[in-house]
Amino acid sequence: MAKFTAKPNELSKIDYTPPKTHWLETPVEIREHMFCHAAKPKDLETVGFPYGREWRPNDEDWKLPENWKTIIFEGMRSLLKKYRSFQVFMDICVRCGACADKCHFFLGSGDPKNMPVLRAELLRSVYRGNFTLAGKILKKLAGARKLTANVLKEWWYYFYQCTECRRCSVFCPYGIDQAEITMMGRELTNMLGLQIGWIAGPVANCYMKGNHLGLEPHTITSSMEFFLDDIETITGIKIEPTFNRKGAEILFVTPSGDLFANPGTYTAMGYLMLFHELGLDYTWSTYASEGGNFGFFTTNDMAKRLNSKIYAEAKRLGVKWILGGECGHMWRVVHQYMDTWNGPADFLEEPVSPITGTRFDNARATKMVHIAEFTADLIKNSKLKFDLSRNDHLNVTFHDSCNTSRGMGLLEEPRYVLKSVCNNFYEMPEDTIREKTFCCGSGAGLNASENMELRMRGGFPRANAAKYVHEKYGVNMCAAVCAIDRVALSTSFEYWVPGVAVCGLHELVGNALVMTGEKERTQDLRLEPLPGKEVAE
Amino acid sequence: MGSIVSLIAVIVLILIAYTGVKAANLHFLFGVVIPYAAVTVFLTGFIYRILKWASVPVPFRIPTTCGQQKSLPWIKQNKIENPSSPFWVVVRMALEVLVFRSLFRNLKTQLTDGSRLVYGEAKWLWLAGLAFHWSLLIVLIRHSRFIFDPVPSFLHILEQFDGFLQIGVPVLFVTGVVLLVSVTYLLIRRFFIPIVRYISLPADYFPLFLIIAIAITGIEMRYFTKTHIVGVKELVMGLLTFNPKTPEGIGWIFYVHIFLVSALFIYFPFSKLMHMGGVFMSPTRNMVNNSRVKRHVNPWNYPVDVHTYEDYENDFREKMKSAGIPVEKE
Amino acid sequence: MKIYNSGKVVIGLIIFIGLVTFPFFYNKGKAIAKPEPKIDTPAIMQLQDKKCVEPRDFMRAEHMRLLNDWRDSAVRDGKRIYVNSEGKQFTISLQNTCMHCHSNKKEFCDRCHSYVAVKPYCWGCHIEPKENKS
Repeated sequence: MAKFTAKPNELSKIDYTPPKTHWLETPVEIREHMFCHAAKPKDLETVGFPYGREWRPNDEDWKLPENWKTIIFEGMRSLLKKYRSFQVFMDICVRCGACADKCHFFLGSGDPKNMPVLRAELLRSVYRGNFTLAGKILKKLAGARKLTANVLKEWWYYFYQCTECRRCSVFCPYGIDQAEITMMGRELTNMLGLQIGWIAGPVANCYMKGNHLGLEPHTITSSMEFFLDDIETITGIKIEPTFNRKGAEILFVTPSGDLFANPGTYTAMGYLMLFHELGLDYTWSTYASEGGNFGFFTTNDMAKRLNSKIYAEAKRLGVKWILGGECGHMWRVVHQYMDTWNGPADFLEEPVSPITGTRFDNARATKMVHIAEFTADLIKNSKLKFDLSRNDHLNVTFHDSCNTSRGMGLLEEPRYVLKSVCNNFYEMPEDTIREKTFCCGSGAGLNASENMELRMRGGFPRANAAKYVHEKYGVNMCAAVCAIDRVALSTSFEYWVPGVAVCGLHELVGNALVMTGEKERTQDLRLEPLPGKEVAE
Repeated sequence: MGSIVSLIAVIVLILIAYTGVKAANLHFLFGVVIPYAAVTVFLTGFIYRILKWASVPVPFRIPTTCGQQKSLPWIKQNKIENPSSPFWVVVRMALEVLVFRSLFRNLKTQLTDGSRLVYGEAKWLWLAGLAFHWSLLIVLIRHSRFIFDPVPSFLHILEQFDGFLQIGVPVLFVTGVVLLVSVTYLLIRRFFIPIVRYISLPADYFPLFLIIAIAITGIEMRYFTKTHIVGVKELVMGLLTFNPKTPEGIGWIFYVHIFLVSALFIYFPFSKLMHMGGVFMSPTRNMVNNSRVKRHVNPWNYPVDVHTYEDYENDFREKMKSAGIPVEKE
Repeated sequence: MKIYNSGKVVIGLIIFIGLVTFPFFYNKGKAIAKPEPKIDTPAIMQLQDKKCVEPRDFMRAEHMRLLNDWRDSAVRDGKRIYVNSEGKQFTISLQNTCMHCHSNKKEFCDRCHSYVAVKPYCWGCHIEPKENKS
């Protein structure tokens, strides 16, 4: 495959005029740099997904099982009976078009099939043709079509061009949520082994090793050593976290990405410093070492299987409650799915902050608290001391993650924390934040490298808003409470708006946190000199 | 293309009623049989569709949250957009159903200067949609003069407001005009906004043309070639008291009007018009965002294979021990 | 068929069915008489040629517009003569021409008007006749 080389000024020339031919008559064109590689058969086999095989998306022949249509129809029938959302959303769309220019992939590509309404129609047209009376009688007049191999390819191509961000759902007069439809579409593709490698790999890793990256227990502890050394360098304090420790009060779960890749690692350092300063009785787990859940991008069952580890580990270790780190889809899962799947968590206690005594009533059933909620409470109760000047070299903006905004409503907590730890905070334009926030462009398992054009196109609206504050206020740092954001936005900003770096909320907390017994800091968590502390050679 | 097919379909419907009454004298068929059939299909079809939706569970609590959650007591919750109790869900739904709250948020996103996205107000769809639905409702209520005897007094109050301009005789009802203008806008935007034209199906044009035809025949009968309205009421009352009759002297336009309305009623349960019932059943809007407070039960939740801690420790025991991580079995 | 959230769904359906079928129940068992406006006033009985100013069907459909035109020509233009389709002349006057024959507002005008709930604003200016007590 040729390398993706398009320049930003070429990519931002976007034509929103739809093609001359009707979408039902415009066959899908599987374009390079817009899709991810197929899943490796062994990754599918590891978790028992069917039809693992060698195939390539741009091949003519996808080596589908003989009875693939029956599998799809049976699958649709079963999903329609399991999910009211699916059934209702198939039936009630009036195609008003309000969602059309709300999707970051449409805004970045101009491809009309990226309008949420059309992405849904790809599936709806087959639904109408096979499951509704009007469609069976009126056929094409009712917008119905037959299921063919090309239709399936089209599904696959576009359901893996949706990051399940739910922005369309905010604007839909009936709340139709393309994320739900994409999830159903991906369930269907999974029935035929049409998974992508970038999802299947992490899923298999997470299932066997406890985290997406496949970090084995000793690797987790040793990579943590690096952070601890860095923290010691910066603060002079040696931190000794514990792993799989029974009897700890709190189990801490966060996405594994933050243990491995910059700039997430700085966020992990922030957690370690905060917990140490608080003297928190907590433990990490190597078994439940993943907060995120790529299973969520495959099938409901897979998501549940991966998620089960969190409660199982909390029970085994006998902790009182669970604290969750910064992650987007992790929190959609924890907030809206975990208790339903793997609860009730009656072996845990209602979460109470051991430092402030605050009872987290909003998490009393699931018993898992978001770290932004936890930290905001600490700050409100004046339990932390900050030196804000250590973040003075940063002009910070905040990127709301899709899932925490639209699947939870965590909007003010992170802002409160941010404003408490840095002096220079600027919001991006109103229509691009909070519930109207834009996806980083690489969520829902699409942050591979072979689909870079797709990612850059999808990241365009967010980067565009960041560019606005970069130019207007000199913003040079974008905080995000999501591990995928931290990786994906770094790439996207490097492409679209060089000069804006990305960090986690708790990296800035760690920077500003005044720790007991620390030496005078001259470096931030990235080991870069603090303002005014540059070493004069 | 889709629009032409739909327009032809509506014209054919008009011709059927016209020739049926004018040439074949099928007054009883068009004035009695078809309206009865239409109400029956509408009612049973609608109930069937709702029950079909209701027979599917809502396995997960998936509200789309459009505002601040309820978390710490000192953080101001957006109770409407992120409701944490059934009462506020009712408020959220009421705003959604009565004033189209979500559509009000609509934005127009445009690419300017070659590389800058700008977001602007886009309230026309909301305004036209709201005007259309409300005027349609009021027009429908105004028809109560034909379906109640004695006519309830609220009708006079409604008519006083609706006819406040006191233009012409009979007095012009504003809602009739608003209905026609707004529905025409909804049609025209399907022609002229390229992406909306691209997504439009015959099933989108057909109800619009149908409603336009219904509105035009209705307006025609009230203001222009007047129908014999005492006869019309006799016919309707005959239907409602199951004592059907087709009085003389009712013009063909009335039969076209009632046939088109019947067509709309029959079409309703099979079409996207079911959004009328569906909006109440959308899980992203009608659920309380309290999933961490109260466990939501999935009726089809079943056990799945998991990779247990034991399996994990068996895979990595030695590595764990060498890294100083406690294990269950030495 | 199991119905989920059955309470809410049933309440919603009952409201829906109630609204749709309400007209049937409201009118149930009523033998609704068709309004028969009376044209047997003494003045009409005395007429040799029992004709209104225009033919019956026209009057039935368009009387409101005719009256409106009469008002405009009398009050605004001061024109008080109406020439009908047959060339006959009439004085333009609600009270002296129309009500001369149709002196029975209750049994003539009101019959249809109340049947279909029409409230003409004639009587906003004109004094409502205290006619026949019969």
